[in-house]
Amino acid sequence: MSDLAWLETTISAARPQVVGALLRYFRDLDVAEEAFQEASLRALERWPRNGAPRDPVSWLVLVARNAAIDTARRAKRQEPLPSEEALPVSDDTESELVEQLETASFPDDVLRLLFLCCHPELSPVHQIALALRVVSGLSVREIARAFLVGEAAMEQRITRAKRTIAEHPVPFEAPGKEERAARLGQVGLVLYLLFNEGYSASGGEAHVRSALCDEAIRLARLLAAMFPEDAEAQALGALFALQHARTPARLTPSGEIALLDEQDRGLWDRELIDEGLALLEKARWLASGASPRAARRSRAESNSGQAHVDDDRPALARPQATPAGGAGGPYTLQAGIAAAHARAKSSDQTDWREIEQLYAELEHQQPSPVVTLNRAVALAKLRGAADALALIEPLEPKLERYFNYYGVKAALLRDLGRSAEARDAFSRALSLARTVQEAGHIRSQLDQLS
Amino acid sequence: MKYAILCYSQEAIVSGLSKAQDAAMMETIGATSAQLHSEGKLGAAVRLMPTSASITLRHGGGEPAVLDGPFAETKEQLLGLYLVECESLDAAIDAARRLTRGRTPGALEIRPLRSFRDYGALR
Repeated sequence: MSDLAWLETTISAARPQVVGALLRYFRDLDVAEEAFQEASLRALERWPRNGAPRDPVSWLVLVARNAAIDTARRAKRQEPLPSEEALPVSDDTESELVEQLETASFPDDVLRLLFLCCHPELSPVHQIALALRVVSGLSVREIARAFLVGEAAMEQRITRAKRTIAEHPVPFEAPGKEERAARLGQVGLVLYLLFNEGYSASGGEAHVRSALCDEAIRLARLLAAMFPEDAEAQALGALFALQHARTPARLTPSGEIALLDEQDRGLWDRELIDEGLALLEKARWLASGASPRAARRSRAESNSGQAHVDDDRPALARPQATPAGGAGGPYTLQAGIAAAHARAKSSDQTDWREIEQLYAELEHQQPSPVVTLNRAVALAKLRGAADALALIEPLEPKLERYFNYYGVKAALLRDLGRSAEARDAFSRALSLARTVQEAGHIRSQLDQLS
Repeated sequence: MKYAILCYSQEAIVSGLSKAQDAAMMETIGATSAQLHSEGKLGAAVRLMPTSASITLRHGGGEPAVLDGPFAETKEQLLGLYLVECESLDAAIDAARRLTRGRTPGALEIRPLRSFRDYGALR
């Protein structure tokens, strides 16, 4: 890797932590972003000359903080800034000063920054756009391209989102355990949306959309590293890695959709699969009650007789979603499903029983017609199309606008030899297709019927 | 003489690399490994998974304490390592627990391997 590429990678990897810490000092997102920008420029100037600091994050925080204080002094703002005196930064003293920084609060800083961008007051589209701009540092232009909108429109969205969060400030004290758990849950949800935005083939240039997945994976890794004791944080990383591993096989060379059982498994990314499996193993271990904290919790539960006892670790899942000592929360379950597919050497070696059980547990924790639909697909493999059809038919009123529902229903009807009804269902799916690839896939199914 | 070469770097940066950047880095490193291999010097090369996937056993007096994160102390130094094959994380923890016996106080960190390649020079 060239030196310059290394510098840029280091600075962009440090961004979430640095902007997060600066937000704590200055309590203003724009000031934090500008200060980071300034520190990045100084890093590009100094690091090639003096060598990179051993702790780039602390270096950037310190330099950014001093730069912002200088700027504020020069501008002679009326209000004093809520910060210490500016520290003189010369190249000699930097390394000592870096050690004075309070790095223990960095995880909560990153979480606060992410949570601010994923604020529940914002719509999902705004949450994702703001997180990509502020946390990931993508340019407005890059974000606009990923969402297929004009640059001006995206700029406006981000400005509006910033205005909304300014009206709904997030407290700056270190969060208590419940608040931390709630923040992790909300951030996990938005990262999940970000990943799906990149993963769903809903148009846009493939490489741009894949970059959204890469970004979601990067942020999930960061979250997992900052909260290594949180099962759902590990599981989210595992889920993204395992799903993204299949990306190279999701379209055939001619650009058609390849369903899971049709994919060339040799194209799956083994490295990502291995990473996903390792993270899932850790998540399951944490969720199983084998970890010391979980053991403490279950002892506390049996002593007090209460169903939920405050726990000293954050939980990415909402409290009621995590069964005590069980299969884990929603992300652990979904990562488990992805792992079952990843481990199968061919489609007919898939452990459908395990997948059906995991979907059933997920259905129990987070009842949703879409989860039931997915469980029906596993059930069809286990017990046949008739049982699966009986399971999904009651869902029709809730899923009547959902492409996948009619795709699944049509395939089940076809397998039962009910060709006319299958044709109707495929036609319905065709009318709900969101992309050219989806429509093409359904047309080829219709052709094969006749 | 046998030596271990231990790799230290900032994890946040490595895990922030794009797929292409990581591949470029590994290509350069792989070329050097191939050279060392052809010189008969290379025993094995290991790349580790993220530290978040780690478990740590802290030992020294009584039952070792199992901690659910990576080893994070700077007061102790890396003095050795084992490579083990176990069917699950629980089995690896059990192996580590047995390996704590008879040691001076310290910690054993269990980290999944990302890649392992045996070049054979140490046999």
